[in-house]
Amino acid sequence: MDILILGSGCANCNTLEQRAKDAVAQLGLDATFGHVRDVAEIASYGVMKTPGLVIDDEVVLSGHVPTTTQLVELLGRR
Amino acid sequence: MTHQTATWTQRLRPRGDRAQWGLVAAASLVWFVLYSVNEPFWTWLVGGVAGLDLASRLGSGVLFFFYDSVKILLLLTGVIFVVTVLRSFMSIERTRALLGGKREGVGNVLAASLGVVTPFCSCSAVPAFIGFVAAGVPLGVTMSFLIASPLINEIAIALLLGLFGPGPTALYVASGLVIAIVAGFVIGRLKLERWVEPFVFETKVRGRAVRPGAKLSWGDRFELGVEEVKAIVRRIWPYLLVGIGLGAVIHGWAPADFFATYAGRDNPFGPLLAVLIGIPLYSNAAGILPLVEALYAKGLPMGTLLAFMMATVALSLPEMIILRRVLKPQLIAVFVGVTAAGILATGYLFNAIL
Repeated sequence: MDILILGSGCANCNTLEQRAKDAVAQLGLDATFGHVRDVAEIASYGVMKTPGLVIDDEVVLSGHVPTTTQLVELLGRR
Repeated sequence: MTHQTATWTQRLRPRGDRAQWGLVAAASLVWFVLYSVNEPFWTWLVGGVAGLDLASRLGSGVLFFFYDSVKILLLLTGVIFVVTVLRSFMSIERTRALLGGKREGVGNVLAASLGVVTPFCSCSAVPAFIGFVAAGVPLGVTMSFLIASPLINEIAIALLLGLFGPGPTALYVASGLVIAIVAGFVIGRLKLERWVEPFVFETKVRGRAVRPGAKLSWGDRFELGVEEVKAIVRRIWPYLLVGIGLGAVIHGWAPADFFATYAGRDNPFGPLLAVLIGIPLYSNAAGILPLVEALYAKGLPMGTLLAFMMATVALSLPEMIILRRVLKPQLIAVFVGVTAAGILATGYLFNAIL
C-alpha cells in the first residue's frame, strides 16, 4: 500500500502523517509513506485544502485531520 | 470545558445523535452561565477579595485583563464551534464548482460571499489558488475569494459582536464584502494573467476531488467543531494574550486624550496611518480586537480602528511570501495596493458618517 501525505509542512500535515503511521502499525499493514510538499503537485491531485491523504494514487481525504480511530477504519476497509 | 466535551463525545458515541444533541445543549447552558457570571465574578475577585480600587490604573487594568481574557475565550469557543458545524456542510470543492463558468461581476459577488462561508485557512491559499485558476475560475473572481476569506472570518465576527455589538459587526461584514468584490473585479479588469506564475495554468488537475462533508453524521460534525476549537485556541492564544495585555496597559495607563490627540477624528491622516501600520503587522482578529476595544474606549474613531484591523488581518507579510509562489511581485503589489485602497476608503467613509 502506498500512502502519501499532501501538505507543505504545516502542523496539521505532520499530525496526519503521525496518525496514519499509528493506524498502519495498529493494523499491521505493509505500507510505504511519502510526503508531497510541492504546492503544484498537491494541487494536481485536486486537493485545495491541506492536509490531504492519498492511498494508492487515490485521494481519500482532504481538508481535515481525522482521528487515529477513523484512519484505522479507513485503512482497514481497503 | 471543550476538553470535557471531547471526552464525553467519544464515550457516548454509540448512543447516537440524540445523546450528542443533549451534550451540546448541556454545554451551551454551561457556556451561558459562565458568560453571565464572568463580569460580576472578576469585579468581586479583583475589587472585593484582592482589594484593588477599580477606578485606579492598576485595578482597572487588572480587571480588564482577566475579564476580557475569559470573555474573549468564551466567545471564541462558542462561535468557532457553531461556525465549524455549519461550515461542515460546505466545502472548498463545492465552492469551486459553484464558481466555475461564472462571469466576472456576478462571479466576484458570489466568490466574496462564498469566501465567508467556506471553511478555509490561509495556509491553503496556494493550493486553493492553483485549484481555482487551473479549473478555469477567472483570476479576479479567485482574488475576490482570497480577499474575503481572511477578512471576514468567524473569529472577527464573534469578537466584534461580543465587544461592539451588532451594528459595527454588520458594518464590518458589509464593507469587507464590498472591498473583496471591488478589489477582485478591478484585478480582473486589469487583465493581469501574465503576472501569474505560468505553471499555474499548466497544472492538470487529475485527481477526483473528494467531498469532505458529504456523509457526516451530526456527531461527526460536533466532533469536528470541538477539534477546530482546540486547534484554533492552541494557535491563537499567544496573540490573544499579547493583545489583551496591550489592551490592559492602554486601558489602565495611557492618558485619556493621548491617542485621541494624535489619531483622533480631527487628524485627517488617521486612517492612512492605521492602514500603513496594519499592513506589515501579522496578527489575527483575536490579537487585534482587544487592542481595538481599548483604543476605542480612549476615543479613537471607529473608521480608523476598523481600517487598522482590516489591514492587519487581510494583508500581511507572511501571506505575501506564501503567495509569491504563484504570483509575480507585480501582481502582489497590485493586490496589496487595491485592497489597501479599499480599506482606506472604508476608514474615511466610516469616520465621516459615524
